[in-house]
Amino acid sequence: MKKVFIQANEAVGLGAVDAGCHAFFGYPITPQNETIEWFARELPKRGGAFVQAQSEVGAINMIYGAAATGKRVITSTSGPGWGLMQEGLANLCSAQLPCVIVLVQRGGTPGAPSVQHAQADYLSATRGGGGSGYRTIVLAPASVQETYDLVQLAFHLADKYLNPVVILSDSLIGHLMEPLRLKRLHFEPLPEKDWSISGKGKHKDKKRRYVTFAQVVQGRDPYPTMLSFAEHWYDKVQRMKTEVRYQNYRVDDCELAIVAYGYTSRVSKEAVNLARSEGVKVGLIRPITLWPFPAKPILEAISGGVNRFLVVEDNVGGQMIEDVEKAACDKAEVTHLGLFARHLPSPAGIIMPDRVLEEIKRLI
Amino acid sequence: MKKRLIAGKPKLWDRGVGRFPYCGGCQTPLLERILSEVIEELGVEDRAIGVTGVGCHARVCMPIDIDAIQAIHGRAVDVATGIKRALNGEPIVFTVQGDGDCASIGGGALLGACSRSERITIIMINNNNYGTTGGQMSPTSLIGQKTTTTPQGRTLDHGYPLHVPEFLGTMKSVCYAARGSLATFAQFKKTKKYIKKALKKQMDNIGLSFVEVLAACPPNWRMSPGEAIDRIREEVVQEFPPGEFKDVDAL
Repeated sequence: MKKVFIQANEAVGLGAVDAGCHAFFGYPITPQNETIEWFARELPKRGGAFVQAQSEVGAINMIYGAAATGKRVITSTSGPGWGLMQEGLANLCSAQLPCVIVLVQRGGTPGAPSVQHAQADYLSATRGGGGSGYRTIVLAPASVQETYDLVQLAFHLADKYLNPVVILSDSLIGHLMEPLRLKRLHFEPLPEKDWSISGKGKHKDKKRRYVTFAQVVQGRDPYPTMLSFAEHWYDKVQRMKTEVRYQNYRVDDCELAIVAYGYTSRVSKEAVNLARSEGVKVGLIRPITLWPFPAKPILEAISGGVNRFLVVEDNVGGQMIEDVEKAACDKAEVTHLGLFARHLPSPAGIIMPDRVLEEIKRLI
Repeated sequence: MKKRLIAGKPKLWDRGVGRFPYCGGCQTPLLERILSEVIEELGVEDRAIGVTGVGCHARVCMPIDIDAIQAIHGRAVDVATGIKRALNGEPIVFTVQGDGDCASIGGGALLGACSRSERITIIMINNNNYGTTGGQMSPTSLIGQKTTTTPQGRTLDHGYPLHVPEFLGTMKSVCYAARGSLATFAQFKKTKKYIKKALKKQMDNIGLSFVEVLAACPPNWRMSPGEAIDRIREEVVQEFPPGEFKDVDAL
């Protein structure tokens, strides 16, 4: 098995091509430039298509067209570009077109104004900023290997549900360099994309295909009425909600559990090790799917004796904390450690393990 | 006696039964006919893909028996780009958009695609206003034209009418830019020729091709269909002269 030493922003590209991704459309933005540059360099060599769009609005709509051809397609961006993509994302959901969007978070107004790092887009990614109440699965990697693996999973889930899937990374994870084992993942087989457009001569039945985001308005087959589409949509969201993934670390027999994703989960894991070496009983719950949010390990931790959750998330005031509070149902106290705990009071400051340990000791 | 068909339904065109979606005097159905005929004449029905925007012109590809997709407002050119690139340049991809869709909200997409010389064909229907929403000012409303957002008539404060093919004709990356009208049968035939030529340029992989089509919008112009045609003949062509502004076989 081939092993490479690479940063996560580039591992996105390797994961994508190993999943059979054919096209990338994107726009430069810090801190994901290594991703767009990787695709510009590597995808044409492999026979794929790369376009630097005139804007993120352009990129997401090129994704809309390319996804409609049935090819696997991907884009990547950061907070401000993510904002511009919301309209397109909502319509990708309405048109039921699969794609993968990598969101490498940075600081950004109003939470943490900077082009450097922060975890400021959790709510926007999990709730969605476009219209009409769509849902997307959101996957949060915490290492280079996991970035590579989750990109492959994201393509599979996108095709399985015919819905965009979001990878929520952050600047520190994105720029992390680690060894990566290149291994193509295998998933359950999926039906052919018989609905896709590629010129009617390419279809087995030689009949035309018509793709639209306005299924309900136009009343076309297979959704002749608004209700038939709404029922299908409801059912699909319920099935997407079963795709919960998380990782528990030393959660047995603890009083306090940390909940963290992305770079702060790496920091928190180190803090748990430090605490355990001092005999302090603490563990870590790391959600891998942010939507659907893993409520189960939170409830299990509570029945196992945890009465306090510490959400370590590098932003102001906390965002994922809302999902943890909801899952905990007032049965445990939930507190947040965020941007104010950085080792330097600047965009370059990060939350260090010793600071998390200090907070653990203060709470217990 | 030898029988000759002098008028008939294009082979690719079938609106089916149901409500006719256009207002009386609307010229957009003529574009459905032109596209159906041209695609058949060029023999590309098996690899043609139509992209529409939203509004009145969103319906143009529905009755044409080819693969098609509806884009959101202003993004048809980006969607066409995605399709063409993802299929490695194989299909013949065209957009049908209104003037607001193409040149106002879609202006960024238009410029981006033109500068990259995407191998697509853009067809912009210019009816001097936003039709579906009830006749507001669009980028191509004439100076003095009364619309629901320029109740006293468009003035320079609202901006000059936008001359899209003239402008695109100045770009190195555009291989064909023309404007046609549908106000006379002669003009109809010319417009059909322009669209055929624009698609042919794409088939020959020369560059981006663009055709603007002047069209009547009688209800929003507060005119009868006849008066609306007269307005195009007498007034609109003064501001927007039909013709070819760029026609090259190599960039």
